[in-house]
Amino acid sequence: MTLHEKTAHELHELLQTKQISSAELTADIFSRVDEAEDKIGAYLTLTRDKAAADAKAVDDKISRGEKIFPLEGIPCAVKDNICTKGIKTTCASKILENFVPPYDATAYKKLAAQNPILIGKANLDEFAMGGSTENSAYHVTRNPHNLERVPGGSSGGSAAAVAGGEAIFALGSDTGGSIRQPASFCGVVGFKPTYGRVSRYGLVAFASSLDQIGPLTRDVTDCALVLNAICGHDEMDSTSTAAQVPDFTKSLVADVKGLKIGLPAEYFVKGIDAEVEAAIRNVAKKFESLGAEIVEVSLPHTEYAISTYYLIAPAEAATNLERYDGVSYGARVDGADVVEMMTNTRTEKFGAEVKRRIMIGNYALSAGYYDAYYLKALKVRTLIQRDFVEAFKTVDLILTPTTPNAAFKLGEMTADPLKMYLQDICTVPVNIAGLPGISVPCGVTGDKLPLGFQLIGKALDEATILRAAFTYEQNL
Amino acid sequence: MKISEQDIKTVASLSRLRIREEEADDVIFQLNKILTYVENLQAIDTTNIEPTTYALPMQNVFRDDKVKPSLERELALSNAPLKEDGYFKVPRVLEEQI
Repeated sequence: MTLHEKTAHELHELLQTKQISSAELTADIFSRVDEAEDKIGAYLTLTRDKAAADAKAVDDKISRGEKIFPLEGIPCAVKDNICTKGIKTTCASKILENFVPPYDATAYKKLAAQNPILIGKANLDEFAMGGSTENSAYHVTRNPHNLERVPGGSSGGSAAAVAGGEAIFALGSDTGGSIRQPASFCGVVGFKPTYGRVSRYGLVAFASSLDQIGPLTRDVTDCALVLNAICGHDEMDSTSTAAQVPDFTKSLVADVKGLKIGLPAEYFVKGIDAEVEAAIRNVAKKFESLGAEIVEVSLPHTEYAISTYYLIAPAEAATNLERYDGVSYGARVDGADVVEMMTNTRTEKFGAEVKRRIMIGNYALSAGYYDAYYLKALKVRTLIQRDFVEAFKTVDLILTPTTPNAAFKLGEMTADPLKMYLQDICTVPVNIAGLPGISVPCGVTGDKLPLGFQLIGKALDEATILRAAFTYEQNL
Repeated sequence: MKISEQDIKTVASLSRLRIREEEADDVIFQLNKILTYVENLQAIDTTNIEPTTYALPMQNVFRDDKVKPSLERELALSNAPLKEDGYFKVPRVLEEQI
């Protein structure tokens, strides 16, 4: 196995025991990038010089006999909607084409405190709006398992980088499934923490009540290590929770005896591919054979989740994206007066999907429609959340597919935005309810496309999710 | 609820966006399709249901009112498309009095 195929915890051992150097590892990743990037297109910006300098500093530390952090010297990718001081952060939008953040996002700052090696900023759907990374204003990203297929999205660049050997782990963001869905499509582990677990400070805002940063990794152990690095309260984000953060590596215990796992009937309805359903039922059997109890549960408002999400998220996006007005940062297209300048700027620099969501959002928020659309969606949000509260009275975790099907072909959905939205059916309820959720690889389809299962946990109970996911992984 | 061409123009103007003539048909078609889909929420009885804006219960969050250093002016202006004398510069907002 070459270095770029290993996990962070394996590489950590090799680094600490001086069997490899971080410089060597970083060079190996960049040679993989040079070979694969033309085909995959995972990155928007590469940070070669910084990576080389940072790797050298780590090697110096190791040669001095010092102990290194779990992620120290390990190559990573960061989604390009997470602000990195002095490194261009575009959100895959022309409107932020030349934006160089004057500060670090808290999640990145916390990660950087462990001295991982930043390989580059990963591609995404513009402003994280999409499920295929085809909405990037710069280029598409392709699925490393099959270059005719999408990697999923919006964290498609992050998932493809990890799956394609162009990074060992990555940070993504998840508003309606944008970490879990690409993780599933690319055969890696993706985790969306409880809303508030990870600071959103410096994450370019899409839908503030739904957005959450999380890891994409090669296995569950690496997932726990990255969560350890990025979780925690931040006074710069008033929605970040003050709840104690446990050491997530303590959850890496291969034992699910006595755990109750719910299977919601509403996730196994028409529209779910037969191969996906069979794979998830097999996962349930596996958990049962390992000592967990599988229980039927009901989440009756699941069928309304897409409508709820596609009103709330665009409404929040319309508000958040008001700031792109050509005044204080970002692109400007001149006009005769200030309103014409703003209109020209936004019309020319936003992509079609971003404009569509801004218009849906402003429509849903406008006088005469507010009650029927936005307020209605907020009330149904309450019902969706209650469904989970009820279900979690009898179970510890909920098991579902991550996606209704495996990775689709490039161009297959671009002409029909609604069809693309319906792809999010299994993941959006989790964001609506603010719960933690993971996607874990569970085999491949007949066409050799990766599949993933989703485990949903109670609020702030990432630990139980990790324990079950780890148990599954250790018993493959 | 069908969205009309006039509605679209109003929403676009509120959004500081301009819809080009050649794309208007597709924009209206796609928006109508999405807005028709979300109509399914109307079937749910939400009488006496409180709206949820944030999933986790949150009260007002306070911090001590302490003066701390903020972003330096030069840095805050570093991404400005146009600036002058430490200010952001924009096109004329008000018409000249004649």
